[in-house]
Amino acid sequence: MTAPMDVPESSQHAEPEAVVAGAKDAASRSLRQIAWQRFRKDKVGMTGGIVVILLILVAIFAPLLTAWFGYPPNQFNQSLVDPLTGGVLRDPNDPAQGLDPWGGISAQHLLGVEPVNGRDLFSRIVYGARTSLLVATVATVVCVVIGTVLGILAGYFGGWADVVISRTMDIFLAFPLLLFAIALVGVIPDGAFGLSGNNLRIGVLVFIIGFFNWPYIGRIVRGQTLTLKEREFVEASRSLGAGSTHIVFREILPNLVTPILVYSTLLIPTNILFEAALSFLGVGINPPMATWGGMLENALRFYTTSPHFVIVPGLAIFITVLAFNLFGDGLRDAFDPRSSD
Amino acid sequence: MTTHHFTRQEPHRRRGVLRRATAPVAAGTAIALLLAACGGGGGGGGGGESDAEFNEGESAVVNPSDETGGTLRYAISADFDSPDPGNTYYAFSWNFSRYYARTLLTYTEAPGEQGIEIQPDLAEELPEGNEDSTEWTVRLKQGLRYEDGSEITAEDVKYAIARSNFGDQALPNGPKYFQDLLADSDDYEGPYADEGDPLAGFDGIETPDDHTLVFHLKKSFSEFPYVLIQPQTAPVPADADRGEQYQSQVVSSGPYKFDGEYRPGVSLNLVRNEEWDATTDPTRRALPDRIEVELGVDQNEIDQRLVNGELDVDLSGTGVGPAMKGTVITDEAQRHNVDNPQTSTLRYININTVMEPLDDLACREAIMFAADRDALQRAWGGDTGGDIATQIMPGSLPGADPSLDLYPSEDNKGDLAKAQEKLEECGQPDGFSTAIGARADRPADVSTAEALQQALARVNIEAEIKQFPSDTYTNTQAGSPSFVADNDLGLTVYGWAPDWASGYGFMSKILDGDAIQEAGNANISEIDDDQINEWFDEVVSVEDADERASIYGQIDERAMEQAVILPAVFERTVLYRPANLTNVYYHAGYSMFDYMSLGTTGD
Repeated sequence: MTAPMDVPESSQHAEPEAVVAGAKDAASRSLRQIAWQRFRKDKVGMTGGIVVILLILVAIFAPLLTAWFGYPPNQFNQSLVDPLTGGVLRDPNDPAQGLDPWGGISAQHLLGVEPVNGRDLFSRIVYGARTSLLVATVATVVCVVIGTVLGILAGYFGGWADVVISRTMDIFLAFPLLLFAIALVGVIPDGAFGLSGNNLRIGVLVFIIGFFNWPYIGRIVRGQTLTLKEREFVEASRSLGAGSTHIVFREILPNLVTPILVYSTLLIPTNILFEAALSFLGVGINPPMATWGGMLENALRFYTTSPHFVIVPGLAIFITVLAFNLFGDGLRDAFDPRSSD
Repeated sequence: MTTHHFTRQEPHRRRGVLRRATAPVAAGTAIALLLAACGGGGGGGGGGESDAEFNEGESAVVNPSDETGGTLRYAISADFDSPDPGNTYYAFSWNFSRYYARTLLTYTEAPGEQGIEIQPDLAEELPEGNEDSTEWTVRLKQGLRYEDGSEITAEDVKYAIARSNFGDQALPNGPKYFQDLLADSDDYEGPYADEGDPLAGFDGIETPDDHTLVFHLKKSFSEFPYVLIQPQTAPVPADADRGEQYQSQVVSSGPYKFDGEYRPGVSLNLVRNEEWDATTDPTRRALPDRIEVELGVDQNEIDQRLVNGELDVDLSGTGVGPAMKGTVITDEAQRHNVDNPQTSTLRYININTVMEPLDDLACREAIMFAADRDALQRAWGGDTGGDIATQIMPGSLPGADPSLDLYPSEDNKGDLAKAQEKLEECGQPDGFSTAIGARADRPADVSTAEALQQALARVNIEAEIKQFPSDTYTNTQAGSPSFVADNDLGLTVYGWAPDWASGYGFMSKILDGDAIQEAGNANISEIDDDQINEWFDEVVSVEDADERASIYGQIDERAMEQAVILPAVFERTVLYRPANLTNVYYHAGYSMFDYMSLGTTGD
């Protein structure tokens, strides 16, 4: 993606968006280029985007990162921990010095270690990012696929198709999702669908989150389709004898990519929180695999003696969700400046 | 979040006994003395003036006093299953109900192992069985009265046992030992089936006169006196009974009576019962004038109010919550107000004996050798969470041998060479894979599973952790042999406490082959060993307690040889003891403070 560089600086500052968008080289710029132009100037959105990219890199390169800066995420380091309270010692060689309020943060353990087992928190946070992002992203893809297909069907064909799909969305939105998730995880036997252990757990999480959150995307797609199908270019297509397939795939879908992209970005943090909530309740991923929600749940036992153990995974969730939200908001504003008012 | 009680699905939550003279305990006390000396005279909080020491209440009475008066304030984060003595199975409720319900027999008022000796309460003396322990005669003291002045009769005790054990409408919460044991009662449909004559057809208990009960058993049972300690033996006048609703106004036979109704989830208040005669009662001091219980208070609030001196006792008796625990055991100013007694709860891991390759003894032994007991203890909260266990029976139970250690290792870290040797012996030199079951909502259970997984991985035994909800775990997951087999649960994290203080009360449900059931199974390793089964059949007709104890010791050793249970720790609780409490000590029979002896220096 290249941004046009020949716009005079003064005009960029002095003139309103519409003028910039309609400037001399407007013909050579697509909506996406204009949006990128806007997004680049949105410092908050850019920061969010950079953090998101960093997080994705961290998740992808987790094994490398822990090999360089940490320890295997499930390795116990009990010599660092006080056996009496389970808290982290200030000096493992001299237990008399008491507990370290910073949870053993050092050059070896960048974020300290967890109480009781002494597992390296940096490694667990990094591996936890993998779990969180994997589940949230795949679940979001599931949402998007189901939501887009059903949303277009409802919006484009209308009539009874719209009635059935829209009422189905209402039902899904009213579903007590958390309770259902807890029940489902308890009921599905190990080995179902040819998956077992954590593969099954991840599959179930993706299914639950993806299958029950699609109406949010579905409603937006339906609404957009309703307006798009009345637009002149669609009418023109139709009058030239184009069939429904052509109109949906060639005329409407390309115009839906932008809102879908924006709302997917905003759906990911919701799904991250949902995964964390399920892990916190003990119905998510099985231990010892690291998850942020699971770490937080574990940490609550130690918040008086080892507050860092609550703070570290809490911050990880907070920063990730915030970054995705800022990034998503920035994207939305860039593509559609009026929406932020 | 409730940390206060054991759920009903843990059938043997009743705590038995304990003797505290084991080595780790002694070491703990020494450290405590040292620390108390260093921090001596520290003030602050709810009771800096107390000169008691850390864990003094485990073996001695702290702040002995005969002073009466004041209000004793209890609180709990949840509620009674029921304060009706005939309808309760919570340990704290068995302890607390003695304020208003006297039973045929009871434990002794004393710290240490003396506490688990049985004493007569309503009974005149300890009952004697006949030749083959199938017939037991109990005589009641003369002149005992209810709160309304009417006399307590043998018929009332018989009625109380009937309502809690027999028929479809039997009160649901308590155990059903009488139903299992009493002869000539299988056709009896319970007191609610026949309004006119509620006890017609109940021939397992005879009442030849107003002060005599004769129990007829189906088979020999030499430990029957332990069954008579249950609150179910507290008398209930038939015309006052309202089934489960009787809980709102229990008719008192003890030193206190209900002040107003019991309000579920809100409160229960007791005032003195003037009809109670102290001279007939050796185990209740009845020091406070009034007793108040607040129900449904958040655990963190309870702990904070205990430390601030705004509350006297956490009724649950399971100790302070994890947040406060870290603070009180490390704070020099608070430590001397803390007791850390060893309870009779064993935390352990079942090793399944029927699924491959664990059906091979050597493979099970490999797990015993590979386990890191030090890490298991840390998972249970370290030294204050429990003592490393190397045998099955808690050290206090008669016949237990704490020196039994068939799988020793340096620093309790495991003997990997031995484990590898055993793996080769069972034809799995490269290790094998299995799964560990644990209760997802019990953090210490999960930590235990993680610690075991790490230790086993050292000899290439790959154990995947599978989590289940605790309210179904004991019944339909770990407690179901077919579920265990389908899910490859070779190892399951579990806990056990005895209904009464004997090897039979502790081990029969978890080691007797006849105890294996399709659901709610507690013999999860599915050990069905002819020798062990024979000993269990034999021991119930042995009259001599010492002889029984030696049989229990043999069963324990045999089970350890068979490597069916990997013991982790004998659990310790962290109990806060505010300075204004008098006569405080840990009672081994209830695994918490003896509530009958408590008094207060406050108003």
